[in-house]
Amino acid sequence: MTDVSVFGNVAKDIQTKSILEPDARTRRRNAAEARFRLWGAIAVALGVLALVGLLASIFSNGLSSFRQTYVTLDVFLDPAKLDKDGSRDPASIAKVSTFGYTPLIEKALAEAMAAKGISVDGMNAKAASELISKEAPASLRNHVIANPSEIGETVSFDLLASGRIDGYYKGRVTMESAALDRNTSPEQLQLAERLKEAGILTTRFNWDFFTAPDASDTRPEASGLGVAILGSAYMMLIVLVLSLPLGVAASIYLEEFAPQNRFTDLIEVNIANLAAVPSIVFGILGLAVFINFAGLPQSAPIVGGLVLTLMTLPTIIIATRAALKAVPPSIRDAALGVGASKMQSIFHHVLPLAMPGILTGTIIGLAQALGETAPLLLIGMVAFVREYPAGPPDGFFDPASALPVQVYNWTQRGDPAFVERASGAIIVLLVFLILMNLIAIILRRRFERRW
Amino acid sequence: MNMSGMTTAITPTPKVAAMNETKVSARDVQVYYGDKHAIRDVNIEIRSRTVTAFIGPSGCGKSTFLRCINRMNDTIASCRVEGNISIDSENIYDPKVDPVQLRAKVGMVFQKPNPFPKSIFENVAYGPRIHGLAAKKSDLDDIVASALQKAGLWNEVKDRLDSPGTGLSGGQQQRLCIARAVAVSPEVILMDEPCSALDPIATAKVEELIHELRENFTIVIVTHSMQQAARVSQRTAMFHLGNLVEENDTDKMFTNPDDQRTQDYIMGRFG
Ligand SMILES: Nc1ncnc2c1ncn2[C@@H]1O[C@H](COP(=O)(O)OP(=O)(O)OP(=O)(O)O)[C@@H](O)[C@H]1O
Ligand SMILES: [Mg+2]
Repeated sequence: MTDVSVFGNVAKDIQTKSILEPDARTRRRNAAEARFRLWGAIAVALGVLALVGLLASIFSNGLSSFRQTYVTLDVFLDPAKLDKDGSRDPASIAKVSTFGYTPLIEKALAEAMAAKGISVDGMNAKAASELISKEAPASLRNHVIANPSEIGETVSFDLLASGRIDGYYKGRVTMESAALDRNTSPEQLQLAERLKEAGILTTRFNWDFFTAPDASDTRPEASGLGVAILGSAYMMLIVLVLSLPLGVAASIYLEEFAPQNRFTDLIEVNIANLAAVPSIVFGILGLAVFINFAGLPQSAPIVGGLVLTLMTLPTIIIATRAALKAVPPSIRDAALGVGASKMQSIFHHVLPLAMPGILTGTIIGLAQALGETAPLLLIGMVAFVREYPAGPPDGFFDPASALPVQVYNWTQRGDPAFVERASGAIIVLLVFLILMNLIAIILRRRFERRW
Repeated sequence: MNMSGMTTAITPTPKVAAMNETKVSARDVQVYYGDKHAIRDVNIEIRSRTVTAFIGPSGCGKSTFLRCINRMNDTIASCRVEGNISIDSENIYDPKVDPVQLRAKVGMVFQKPNPFPKSIFENVAYGPRIHGLAAKKSDLDDIVASALQKAGLWNEVKDRLDSPGTGLSGGQQQRLCIARAVAVSPEVILMDEPCSALDPIATAKVEELIHELRENFTIVIVTHSMQQAARVSQRTAMFHLGNLVEENDTDKMFTNPDDQRTQDYIMGRFG
């Protein structure tokens, strides 16, 4: 009886409320939800704004490093100066230093200007030739040593314009700043303008930025990422080859085979903690273990690769274990149920299903390693390296640089032209990171789409 | 691939034991999950080429005991089994027994259909492949075709053996799982509520299949449906709170059980 009356009351209460008009409680709930959404939208907008600002600043500073100003000259490779004994012997040609090549360039420039009727106008010929980079004689010399047969011929070269002239065409140097600058002058810039009109001076895409090695403080126009890209590539190779099999094997063992006890719990906690250890600590470890103890060379990709492997392992192990855990136990049961061994059930069924997660984790780990700077500074990869490392595996032991370290390095230099270079290097680094993430997405799609 | 017409070439592996002989025998089996005593003093003889149904209220230990018969409980770290279970008079808990080999002899079908995320063919071929039952590709084709036929799935999938097993309907998936179990020519097939995730039509098909499989296999089936137990089984075992309450001919069990608890459970008075 009581039951019936209770239901009756409830029914009456409900009848008095209309659903066309929200009650106070519902209004409060809706208001709270609206506020939450607003905060969320604001947070996202701020994030997007910060990202856009960052990218805009990097791109506005750095895009210009993909273009470079060159002076095209027909240089007569004078045998009287370059190969005095006429033997064409590379050893004797190499005896002529870059100073021997400077007059050739000066002469070629003077001839080119004379041919186009351009006057030096208030400068001596020496000052005029300074609008060509100091790097130009060196690259000329390298070319001649590589092609001794061209001595005695007139060869057309694209020679780098000096950093200031290049900066003038990128808006970094103006007539006013040139007047105050010891390294250039308004007259030099005007001369450059005349050369440009005559087609001798051109600005075009800068392939050398990707292939050339670093250059000294006074030659920003010659600096490139060649050694850094090679160094980073070598390190990524080492990290991939070492950390993927090690990490996956460790995860499989921990997740599927290891007994659950204090010891494995301890290992588990430690792996989670390792992932949070500041990267510079790994650098100190690398310095102590790989360089001081194991005696590996400084500045070498092998040491960088080993240090980054240590850093990447926890990331890969955590991602792999999560991926293994996510495979439904029913699949394991199914395999065991038809008489597969544990090993077979893991390698035939669990691992393929966990693959997308493993690959994503690996590539995220690699991307982290690619951008890592601090530990590399400690193991000497910040050194000024102009020599390309040899091909792998020997090159793993040669000194090299790395992309993020090169960025850091360039931001430390005095010449404002290096700001552009550093931003350009950041763009290259970002492109690599985006590429890696794309690969991760594609691989995941490919593996997931199997069924 | 065309495998129709090969059916005649496949003969079911002859079983030594005749009907009604004891296939599986359990003596004083105790199962513990850590401190929890889940199965107490179970003694049972499971007959060859007979369908034995395990019934009982939820949590009484039907699945636990079933999983003892192919040592699937070994995969649960906290689980401990005492006593003696033998198949054809060989103790399966003998230290010399490799559970992997045992599971080829005692197949299992699970509550939820769990096909591998591979093709239908690969699902069925997996077991024979890892046990080396087929020397040639054509042998494997024969085994797969025969297993799918025994599972009553052949006509539905023969044209799409390369499509994913997970793309089948729930009932088809469960029959695929049965085919997968049958393909390794086990002697005993354990089924843990194989129809609980299926609709009545799919259930009817699986039941029919169980009926046919009885000719060649010893089948143990856990079920919550009294009707199903009555329909498919010849023997029924009733579990309650970890004890085996009664084991009898199904007909007798459902008409005139010896134990009051069985009577109550079948009449729906508890469970
Ligand atoms: N992995 C496990 N760890 C600990 N206890 C378990 C485990 N599996 C089952 N149990 C316990 O053992 C007892 C028997 O469980 P079991 O799964 O065998 O019951 P069941 O008869 O199959 O029930 P249902 O009909 O609901 O499937 C239950 O009390 C359960 O809580
Ligand atoms: Mg159960």
